[in-house]
Order: sequence, then structure tokens, then C-alpha cells
Amino acid sequence: MNPRLTFDVPSDVHQLLSYPFMVNALEAASVVAVMAAVVGWFMVLRGETFAGHTLSMMSFPGAAAAALAGLPLAAGYFAFCALGAVIIAGAAELGGAARQAQRSAVIGAVGAGALAAGYLLLSLYGGVLESLESLLFGSILGVTRGEVLTLALVALGVMAFLAVVARPLFFASVDGPLARASRVPVRALAVAFLLVLGLAVAATVQITGVLLVFALLVAPAGIARELTPRIGVSLALSVLIGLLIAWVGLGLSYFTNYSPGFFSTTLAIVLFALARAARSLPVR
Amino acid sequence: MAQGAVRLGGRTIWSDVDLLVEEGEFVAILGPNGAGKSTLLNVLLGLEPLAAGSVSVLGGPAGASNERIGYLPQRRVFDSATRVRGVDLVRLGLDGRRWGVPLPCAGRFSARSRAASERVWKAIERVGGESYAKRPIGECSGGEQQRLLIAQALVREPRMLILDEPLDGLDLPNQAAVAALVQRVCRAEGVTVLLVAHDVNPLLPYLDRVLYLAGGRAAMGSVGEVITSETLSSLYGAPIEVLHTSDGRLVVVGQPEAPHQHGPRHVLR
Repeated sequence: MNPRLTFDVPSDVHQLLSYPFMVNALEAASVVAVMAAVVGWFMVLRGETFAGHTLSMMSFPGAAAAALAGLPLAAGYFAFCALGAVIIAGAAELGGAARQAQRSAVIGAVGAGALAAGYLLLSLYGGVLESLESLLFGSILGVTRGEVLTLALVALGVMAFLAVVARPLFFASVDGPLARASRVPVRALAVAFLLVLGLAVAATVQITGVLLVFALLVAPAGIARELTPRIGVSLALSVLIGLLIAWVGLGLSYFTNYSPGFFSTTLAIVLFALARAARSLPVR
Repeated sequence: MAQGAVRLGGRTIWSDVDLLVEEGEFVAILGPNGAGKSTLLNVLLGLEPLAAGSVSVLGGPAGASNERIGYLPQRRVFDSATRVRGVDLVRLGLDGRRWGVPLPCAGRFSARSRAASERVWKAIERVGGESYAKRPIGECSGGEQQRLLIAQALVREPRMLILDEPLDGLDLPNQAAVAALVQRVCRAEGVTVLLVAHDVNPLLPYLDRVLYLAGGRAAMGSVGEVITSETLSSLYGAPIEVLHTSDGRLVVVGQPEAPHQHGPRHVLR
């Protein structure tokens, strides 16, 4: 039976949930959407969106290296994203006083290096990587129970970390000089956050694809922060928007056979543009 | 502080600096760019060690009693991209360094959280910021931002305020208003104030004493004792003239560039 969008919502949802692979995909996407919305909220707050995007590129050589070594792709994602975070954080630490100015250059270098290494590893592998296209743009197929479990564990760890450091991390992000004077470990928090961001990105990539992490990592936080300056409300909105984007993307992908990343990203960009436009209206 | 000296990157910033501030005093720290004014504040906060001499703050080693010091770092500008409310920023001054997350709606259930938000609003009232504290800080004017940041420094009800160029970047009416606000806190509640400034004139009606840092050394005393042609000439090691205008303002002329500073800038207008 071919999936057909009937525009009768209950029956469409029933169709979606009648396949175990769709249930797995939806569960994985939901877990990732919640985590990415929260991590992304802090990432946008800290102005580290570029670093987040670059870390996602690290999963390309990660996947290729895992294929070469005969390991599960996810292992490559996590290892290489963490490696990218270590490089970016390490360069920032070694850079000393000039580190702020050099930071984006270092991040750019990591991104370029990631793509080059990925291409090389892919050539060495020789075979056809399951599907390069779904690696880059996301796929709803083939999420196994085990992978859902892994993603849930990663999400749990990431959220637990953020729950512990949320307030000092927020302090260090909006008001570094005072946080430093108040003995908040600003630099340690910056390094730890990058590592956690690396893990979160590695998980997000498995839903959105390498190139389209924007949809779940950047857009929900960006939209929520446009709509309200209140911290709690904005975080909650970010999570809800993330879930909406993930579900709509997967749903449309199921009915059309195009990549979920495409639909999620388009919806995310439209919502982002609307939110920005809404804020610039002079209405109070 | 007695006989204090600081070296940064192998270079002595200042040495033989004596600083004695009484409780409840309002003291300004003046001097040209690069004279080490902010460095002095860092020493008092325990963020920078002394190369020589000794320092004691609120009866203990520097840094030990930062809980009782309200600190305002050099002017931080929040642009319109900063989507954070003023009131949340003030709250960070109270509990920003605590681990964990505040629970949503905690104010409805926990007395401690209610007390915390009362302290935040009390600090905001002290600077007269009630009307704009709930707006995103990036949408507030420079003067409003600075008042909220002073509220942030006041929120722990400190015994001492350390303010790094709180008047920088403000227009003249706002400079006068912020200076008057700081003096009110100082006089009404006996809070000791150390304030770094470029221009002494907006502070003249309020100051008890000044510390003038220049040429790697310092002079301390009342405005009338320190900001004189003789004292400044000997500090800079070059002829300096202090002029008094008819409305009581001070103008310093002939001042050479301090060593290692970046460009000509008049310290005192």
C-alpha cells in the first residue's frame, strides 16, 4: 500500500504509525528535537551557531571513517563531533588574548578540514556509503530500536548536564566579565558546553542530515527568542517548535518520499522569517 | 593596600601604591588610559595578584569577601540582539553562580524564591528602573542599562561597591544622574564606593577623596590636594597645569601621553 496524504489528520497519523520504522523514526526525532532545542537555545544565546554547524560537518568524515573501520555509523558521528569540539575548544584556549578574533577562522578551518578528510576517507573506503545523500540531507529509513535507545541515552546525559550548569552557563553567556569576577568557571564551562554541543550535534545529524542541522538546532531557539525575552517561556517554546518542525518534516517525508531534512528546514526557515517579521512590527 | 605593585606580562604597571579607604567613603580612581586603574580593581577583587606589598579588603585577603562586594565591570553594551530581560540580568547578580536550574513558577511554592525576587525588585527600585526592567536589556537606553547594571551590583546588599567607569559612554545628564545615584547609595546606607572614572567633573560634588594613578605611581587625598599643578606634575614628571573654570570645573592641560597608552586623550576636562 502506498502512503497517501488524505488531509484527514487522524487517518494520516494512523497510516504513519502503522509501520514500525516510522514509529522508530518519530521517537528518535522527538528525542533529538527536544534535546537539540534546549542545547541550541544556549548555543544561540552564546553566539556559537557557526561552531554548531561546523561540528555537524565533522560527522561526515565520522561516518566515512566508521564505514572504513566497519563500525556503526553512529559511533563515527559521536567520536568525530567530540573530536571537533576538542579542537575548537583547544584552539580557543591556546589562542590566548587574540582568541576571540581568531575563533571563527579556527572554526572555519575545522569545517574545511572535516569535508576534505571526509572525502578522502570515502575514497579510501571505495564502496558506496549506504547513501551519501541521506547522510548529508537526512533520512527517515533505518532507525533501529537500538539507535533510538542510544539517542535517548545521549539526550538524557546532555539534558542532565545542562540542568546542573544551566544558571552559571547562562550567566557566563550573557555577562562574562561579571561571571568571571563572581568566580563562575567561565572557561571550563565554555569547553564543557562545546563538548556537549558536539554530542548533541552528532545525535541531531542522524535525523536532519549533516547539512541541515539548522532545522532542529538553530531555528527553534532563534524563533523562540524572537517571540519572548522571558527565559523559561522561551526555552519551553523552543522545545515545542522543535517538536513541531521534526514531526512535520518526518510526516511529509513519509508521504512524499523526499528527505525529511528538506521539509523540516523549509518549515524552520518560514517560521523563523515570520517570527522576525512579527517582532519588527511596531505593535507592543 | 600598602606598598602595592603589579606586574603584567613582565612590565610593572604601578608600584609603591598606598590606598586606605574608610568605611562609607566615596573614592574615585582617576588617571590616563593604561595607568592600571582596572588592574587596581582586579587586585582588590583578588583576580590579579600583587607583585609586592600587601592588600586587605573588608578585613580579609583580597577575593575572600567578594560576596559582600558589588562589582560593575567596565561598560558592557547589550545590543538589540540581547534578548534577555533586565530583571533576569539583575537576578544573576544574586544567584547567577549557583549550580542547577530555578524551577518554573517556583515563586508560587517556595518562600526563598519569593524572597529572592523581592530582593531583585528592591534593587531595581533603588535605581528607579521599575518601568523598563521587564524589557529586553538590549532595547533599553545606555543610561537605563547602566542603572540596571548598578542594580545588579547592589542586589546582594554589598558593603562595598567597585564600579569600573560607570559613567563612560553616558551623556552628561545621565552621568550626573548616575553619579548622584551612587552617592545616595553611599551616604544613605554607608556603602563604601570605589569608582574608576576618566572625568572627575561629574563626580566633584559627591567625592570624599581621589586616588590618581599616573606614570606608574599614585597620589591620594582630597580633590583639592591631588588635582593640583604640583601633584600632577610630579606624578607625570612633566609640567601640568590645572585650571579652575568659573563654574568650579577642573581642566587639566599640558598632560603628556602616559607611557604605553594608545592615543591622545584628555583625562580631565
